Amino acid sequence: MATPAIRMFRKIEGLFCVYKPAGVHWKLVRGSIETSLLKALNATPSQPLPTEVRFLALPVSEAEAPKGLTLSAASMPVLSKHPLVTGPEFQNIKVGVGHRLDASSSGVLVLAVGNGNKVLNNLYNTRVTRDYTLEGEFGTATDDFSHTGRIVERSTYGHITKDKLERVLAMLQGANQKALLLYSNVDMRSQEAYEMAVRGLLGPDGKSLPILTGLRCIHFEPPNFTLEVQCINETQKYLRKVVHEIGLELRSTAVCRGVRRTRDGPFTLQDALTRDHWAASDVIQAIGKKRSSKKKSKTQTKDSPLQPSEETTTVNQVKPVREQQ
Amino acid sequence: MASSCTQLCLQGRNLLRSKAVARTWQYNTQVRHCITRGSSKILNDCSINNGNHTTTQTRQRWKQQLFCYSDLATKHLATEALENKNVEETSTADVVAYKSPLLPIRDAVSVPNMPLDLDAAAEVSALELISEEEAVSITVPSDIPPASISLKDYVDKSETLSKLVQLGVDLWKLEQRPNVGSMLLKLDFNTDVAPRLLFLKDIGVDESRFGHIITENPFVLTESLENLHSRVNFLESQKFSSEIVASMVSRAPYILNFTVKRLDNRMGFYQQILKLSASNTRHILARLPRLLCCSLEPVKENLKVCEMELGFKENEIQHIVITVPKVLTANKRKLTQIFDFVHNTMKVPHDLIAKFPQVLNCRFMRIRERHQFLEYLGKAQYNPDLPNYISLERLVIIPNDIFCTELALAKSADFSLFQKTL
Repeated sequence: MATPAIRMFRKIEGLFCVYKPAGVHWKLVRGSIETSLLKALNATPSQPLPTEVRFLALPVSEAEAPKGLTLSAASMPVLSKHPLVTGPEFQNIKVGVGHRLDASSSGVLVLAVGNGNKVLNNLYNTRVTRDYTLEGEFGTATDDFSHTGRIVERSTYGHITKDKLERVLAMLQGANQKALLLYSNVDMRSQEAYEMAVRGLLGPDGKSLPILTGLRCIHFEPPNFTLEVQCINETQKYLRKVVHEIGLELRSTAVCRGVRRTRDGPFTLQDALTRDHWAASDVIQAIGKKRSSKKKSKTQTKDSPLQPSEETTTVNQVKPVREQQ
Repeated sequence: MASSCTQLCLQGRNLLRSKAVARTWQYNTQVRHCITRGSSKILNDCSINNGNHTTTQTRQRWKQQLFCYSDLATKHLATEALENKNVEETSTADVVAYKSPLLPIRDAVSVPNMPLDLDAAAEVSALELISEEEAVSITVPSDIPPASISLKDYVDKSETLSKLVQLGVDLWKLEQRPNVGSMLLKLDFNTDVAPRLLFLKDIGVDESRFGHIITENPFVLTESLENLHSRVNFLESQKFSSEIVASMVSRAPYILNFTVKRLDNRMGFYQQILKLSASNTRHILARLPRLLCCSLEPVKENLKVCEMELGFKENEIQHIVITVPKVLTANKRKLTQIFDFVHNTMKVPHDLIAKFPQVLNCRFMRIRERHQFLEYLGKAQYNPDLPNYISLERLVIIPNDIFCTELALAKSADFSLFQKTL
């Protein structure tokens, strides 16, 4: 009963991530993936048409009287089941999107097909952190904090050194850590808090203000600088605002030239598919790879339970989800 | 109500052999309503206000009609109320009877309240033994619904529809257009469809394209043959060769539905607005026959954009349009976006862009990524006078792996890695 199209659909169901280029709305990305998957599904060889036995009247010449059995049985294909009449087997598929990226940012975008959507929901209900790379430029301030906005202010930046920048970043990180502890809904002086902190589980549950759990500068060449950020519950606009605020703290101004997501939960840049690889075969491969790597890391974390680093906490929290899967 | 029904049936071509429940009679009348030939006449004639005196009349006429048929039929004249049978001749002509069940069914007959008088008809028990020939001539009422939103209920019973599916016409797409489904059902294959397919074959269209042509333009089957001939003759008189006409028709099937005057006006428009010679206009139209069918406002706007916003001179525009006619129907926003990037960011001057207009037809993302990759490698050099020149045409047309190995002299994996850093 399972047609080749349905069998292929079973292979496509799952989670994978895609590299969204800048300047493209995420809906268009989701739409192109859906179109390419549908194209592959409907290109599978269709089932042969069922046949039906019909009694056809043989052509009778006029001279003969219309009596006697002049019917013949013939097995004819039922045309009402032909794909040109019923339409393609798959007309739309559910492709869900993970944490959204706005139009001017680029980076890892997690997508889920079919049954994978449920897993996606569970994944985002747990505490998932994301990695971003922010490119900033000193000297201007705009209204929407990005380099394409209307310029509001210009200032000098000659006085900024890497040292000062690092100090500002440390202060910001401290403030964010405080917020992290505050939102974790645990009394700081209890044993429970200590145990959670050891395992790295301190943090807000569900929706809260955006919190940066990690912040450092990886490249500094005035006027340009690059920051690496790990955060929870953020939006790209908030990250641009952070760049703007860093500029203000340094008594200058800054705009954000680019926001690029390098990691979304367990999905990294390495797994992301670029534009030429958005065909169904690549998607199936990516899903398979992700599944096998998840299984491997599951067995690994079982051996080493007490690693308080960020990566494994997310993996640990994703574990109960995977068992449901 | 019974008499009104009988009158309809008498004047129709089908014979109702059974006196069935009033409900089924009403069903039958509704179906018969839709017989186009003389349907209006039928309705006019059966304006029955007081039916009592007509009952006996109609019943007599009914009986007379019945006696015309073979003796076998008489045994099935009247049956119990439970049986409801319809005559369905298996010839294709009768499919026409179900022509437009998709049309709104008019309940025009005002049915007066009348008792169904079944005494006059002979009564036959269902358990009576009958001969084999009689058994064969019992027909089963068809399960075709009187109205449906999909053509798949009618495809098996209609010869026209089955033959269209075998030709490759996408009925599913066509039935979504309003009124096209009922139009296709009304057609008769031998009188309507076949002559036009032969006409298409005569002008040289390949048989495998018939499905595509009818899917794109189903109204070619309702256009009169003399119109079709006159339009093809007009195109040939404009010095298009017959193979080109065939390819134009198969790529833009709506040409066959445009009047000769309209086609002439459009050809004149293109010649005048682009100021091209006749042979160049013919060349453009042969490459993009859709230009003859699409609306002309966007074309005018695109030309204005090229002239004013992008700043191309007239002869440059002419060259661009002759090489890539699709620019005339391109999206204005995308066109300006690509031009802006190529001219301002890649610093390519107007005359070079005019020389390689394929760049205006490409996807913007592709140009941007490839240019940025070449810039990163230090190979972004588009000036033909300097060494290591990369032509715009090659930049845009060749597929990714060849681009990586030949133009960028790097591996495809490196290009993917680079794309992820943008």
